[in-house]
Amino acid sequence: MSKTITDVVCPFCGTLCDDLIVTTDDDGKKILGVDNACAIGAEKFVHSSDHSHRVTRPRKMQEDGSFKEITYEEAIEHTATILAKAKKPLMYGWSSTSCEADSVGHEIAELCGGIVDNTAAVCHGTTLIAVQNVGIPSCTLGEVKNRADRIIFWGCNPAHAHPRHMSRYSIFPRGYFTGKGAKQRKIIVVDPRPTDTSTLADVHLQVEQGYDYELLQALRAAIRGEPLVGDVIAGVPKETVYEAAEILKSGRFGVIFFGMGVTQSLGKDHNIDAAICLTKDLNDYTKFSIVAMRGHFNVTGSGQVLGWQFGFPYAVDLSRGFARYNPGETGAIEVLKRQEADAVFVLGSDPGAHFPMRCVKEIARLPSVAIDPHITPTTEICDVHVPVAFVGVEVGGNCYRMDNVPIEARKVVEPPEGMMSDYQFLSAVLDRVKELKAN
Amino acid sequence: MDTVKLTAKEVPELYLEAEHITPDVFAGKSNQEIGDLSVHMGNQTYKLSDYFTVEGKAGAIAAETKIVIAGDVSKVKYIGMKMTAGEVEVLGNADMYVGAWMAGGKLLVKGSVDSFAGIAMTGGELIIEGNAKNYIGAAYRGDWRGMQGGKIVVKGNVGSDVGSNINGGTIDIGGNADVHLATHADGGTIIVRGVAKGRVGGQMVKGDIYCLGGVERMMPSYKYDHTEEIELDGKKMNFQVYFGDLGERHGKKKGEIIYGKIYIATGVSETTSAKVTPRSEKKVHLSDLQTNQLASALKEMKEPSVQEVRTYIFDNFGVDMKPSQVSRLISSLKR
Repeated sequence: MSKTITDVVCPFCGTLCDDLIVTTDDDGKKILGVDNACAIGAEKFVHSSDHSHRVTRPRKMQEDGSFKEITYEEAIEHTATILAKAKKPLMYGWSSTSCEADSVGHEIAELCGGIVDNTAAVCHGTTLIAVQNVGIPSCTLGEVKNRADRIIFWGCNPAHAHPRHMSRYSIFPRGYFTGKGAKQRKIIVVDPRPTDTSTLADVHLQVEQGYDYELLQALRAAIRGEPLVGDVIAGVPKETVYEAAEILKSGRFGVIFFGMGVTQSLGKDHNIDAAICLTKDLNDYTKFSIVAMRGHFNVTGSGQVLGWQFGFPYAVDLSRGFARYNPGETGAIEVLKRQEADAVFVLGSDPGAHFPMRCVKEIARLPSVAIDPHITPTTEICDVHVPVAFVGVEVGGNCYRMDNVPIEARKVVEPPEGMMSDYQFLSAVLDRVKELKAN
Repeated sequence: MDTVKLTAKEVPELYLEAEHITPDVFAGKSNQEIGDLSVHMGNQTYKLSDYFTVEGKAGAIAAETKIVIAGDVSKVKYIGMKMTAGEVEVLGNADMYVGAWMAGGKLLVKGSVDSFAGIAMTGGELIIEGNAKNYIGAAYRGDWRGMQGGKIVVKGNVGSDVGSNINGGTIDIGGNADVHLATHADGGTIIVRGVAKGRVGGQMVKGDIYCLGGVERMMPSYKYDHTEEIELDGKKMNFQVYFGDLGERHGKKKGEIIYGKIYIATGVSETTSAKVTPRSEKKVHLSDLQTNQLASALKEMKEPSVQEVRTYIFDNFGVDMKPSQVSRLISSLKR
């Protein structure tokens, strides 16, 4: 016999699908099947329950580069010591864990006077800067499903990155006021390349790579009925820009979804700034909203917890005892590049695979700890690797969807025996840091 | 005017935060008291005298105090922060936040500075003889008020985001400027004597930008209005005047709409307009007929390499495409 668990939340991408059905064996130890999930989400469940290839105890790097198994107590002592001793520790990651664990981690950072940064640093951090500059008219994905008839995908490819986004919320679903589903919606895709998402588009604006800002400002001018200079604007014919402006104005409710194509190409926060202003302008004619396509399943939650505790969503510098925030100075990449930190703590992220090589070398040079269920490029260069249980599979916890809706992730199976969750590990480190700082 | 001379003893291990190095804090203090001021490195607090030797004498008030900083201070932040009077002279390079929130006095850096110099400045004079990085005279994060008064002179090149949200004062750049000059500007003047890279005056509501070396690529939301003769540095020059940013809201004065203005020196504008041509126009494209022919040829070739297809295109249509373009073409035809 097998057990069936319904309404499971998928801990993969920011869409946080909450309608998964997971089948486990009788003991609740092995996952036999996953229904409703996309290929990536299903794979995350199935592969986490295969314990044969997982590291189940912390490992410490030896002088020859090999790893030796250590106990959790030794790992806690090591982590607490390097954090308490450091003048400016960098604590990076936080996006693939629960809000509860984030909260404990931030307390450690405050005690140690460190820098807390989450994966928004290489992702939607620029969005957060723009939001701070000009505000954000946003909505939930439920509203998109039930009301939206104009959808823009700007610099994102949900067909591959958020596989169920289009079917659950943005293009295909039949909602309360959108009974005809995809037939009722007009889709605009802005991407320099033809993608699987752009094949679904009514208008594909093939913008010249790196000139989104120009196109956004041109669209804003076109909406105001102003003349545009030149026949080709950022690689798009002028007529197409006017046509797109007309489509946007004629809708009843529209949404702009944007991804890393605009947040991390030339201009960064200015692109989002202009996109938000475009949304604001369109509200003169119809109803419009803008939503960021967040990547990690709880990167939004990490920003929420940081915002609640320190007032800033990422790149928070606590070294002077009060919170300071200035991406460009206190962000993880700048701090590593400029060699401002003297210890590195990574949780629930993989900077070793995504940061510039200079920063990765810096992580390898400094005393470091990586907390991750998997073996990743980061865990291979850190002094100590602490494996933990999967959040959303082996432990529950609070997570935030890309539209800032909190969803409680559920526990489906038991973790391997004797394994700690990151919340338990961080709590133990916090207790030890308190003892060390008291002396 | 009395002079205090600070000499850096050693380069700090991490970066040093020394917001107390201003005439306002030094004024009326003995050298002993100045040496006891705090500097910060990470979560540690040190004395100024741990990193600097203090010589000379401070004046009674800020306006009578001059600080000369010798030695390597390229890892020291916040020099001259919030100064209101007096003088500071840095003989070498300095790090971030030089003259940030400065309200008066004179600050001279003989070398180069990092980002955030003179942010949210309201008065005084900040002169940088070398290069400066990003966010010079810009607003602090989330603030809508950038530089509001005073003057910043950078003799070398500057990075991006210079003068974001500027609404007063002057920024004079001797060299080239990177992208995003005067974004969201609501007043103020910026002079670029070299080449401005692009996105000049994006989302600008009001203000003047003079580009003496031209703009590599103008925003599409600026319209050419007229040519004007203007006196700059005692020399009369002809400028093409562009109005914008047309995507933004603009106020009215005496029935006329007030735009942000970009002045581009004529003479350079011809080379500018050549550069303005979008890259995509230079790209070679195949006609629909040729694409169809290529599609059928591809089927016969069975998994051809990019170079083979490129040779085929060159032989049959006489078009020399870049390999990256060819590979993109192949993948789009496969769809």
